[in-house]
Amino acid sequence: MDMRELEKDYLRTDIPPFGPGDTVRVHVKVREGEKERIQVFEGVVIGRRGGGLRETFTVRKISYSIGVERVFPLHSPGIHRIEIVRHGRVRRAKLYYLRDLKGKAARIEEEFHKR
Amino acid sequence: MVKGIIGKKIGMMQLFDDQGKLVPVTVVQAGPCVVVVRRTAERDGHEAAQIGFVDGKPPRKVTKPRAGAFAKAGVPPTRVVAEFPVDSNSEAKPGDTVLCDIFAVGEYVRVVGTSKGKGFQGGMKRHNFRGGEASHGSMFHRAPGSIGASEDPSRVFPGTRMAGRMGADKTTLKRVMVVKIDLERNLMFLRGAVPGGPNALLRLVKA
Repeated sequence: MDMRELEKDYLRTDIPPFGPGDTVRVHVKVREGEKERIQVFEGVVIGRRGGGLRETFTVRKISYSIGVERVFPLHSPGIHRIEIVRHGRVRRAKLYYLRDLKGKAARIEEEFHKR
Repeated sequence: MVKGIIGKKIGMMQLFDDQGKLVPVTVVQAGPCVVVVRRTAERDGHEAAQIGFVDGKPPRKVTKPRAGAFAKAGVPPTRVVAEFPVDSNSEAKPGDTVLCDIFAVGEYVRVVGTSKGKGFQGGMKRHNFRGGEASHGSMFHRAPGSIGASEDPSRVFPGTRMAGRMGADKTTLKRVMVVKIDLERNLMFLRGAVPGGPNALLRLVKA
């Protein structure tokens, strides 16, 4: 039996295609005691990592002038929805160089017709 | 009811629990098994069932006594046979099928298997010896150090821990949680790691 086959049952199918450079809005389920609410984390995807059920993606944003990165498991049930805000034109898979840039230099050119 | 089953390790993966937390699991193909011989207290002195692991492959050789047992149970010979305890009032009889439905989700099982062979290993890996410092010119790195005194006793005591073959030992995990059961595909998802590599045979018994 193949582990990849087994993982298929647990993969989410409602995730839109997105990649590094794209700006996304991740709607995260947050549990506070008994209540559950949705929190939005919006930023630039600086990389995707791993495969299958273990795949994760990292979103970076600047919050009150502090850089914040959050790693989400792509197939986590804790993610309510992923919204793509804009596609960015980038030339590498991991955008770690953004960490050393700020302000104008950290902008990403928009790509309008992404496959 | 038979209190255990024969399993085969498929591999490891992760599952999200109802809290959305990742849980490491090992996927084990548990059964299907058939009861080959039923041992009873009056005849054999203990209550047990010998069960065979039905994996769709015929054994290369079947000894005559075992062939007789299979014929009597009315089941085709299996490659793996193992004995498991049964409930004293159990009605399990030869020819019956044993599936992983004997376990429930959230229950704990005992897992017995053979650990991966590590080959010939030194004292540091095999017995957790401390070794020496890597640098600062100590000239003592991964060697075992002293293995005993001098003229008296003039020998090394039996059982002294030294380098040698490591792994491929019978390993028992006494309390492994059943995270999920897939009865259709005879799969059990056990929390954490279990001994051996993929295709390793395991003994799963109620803990």
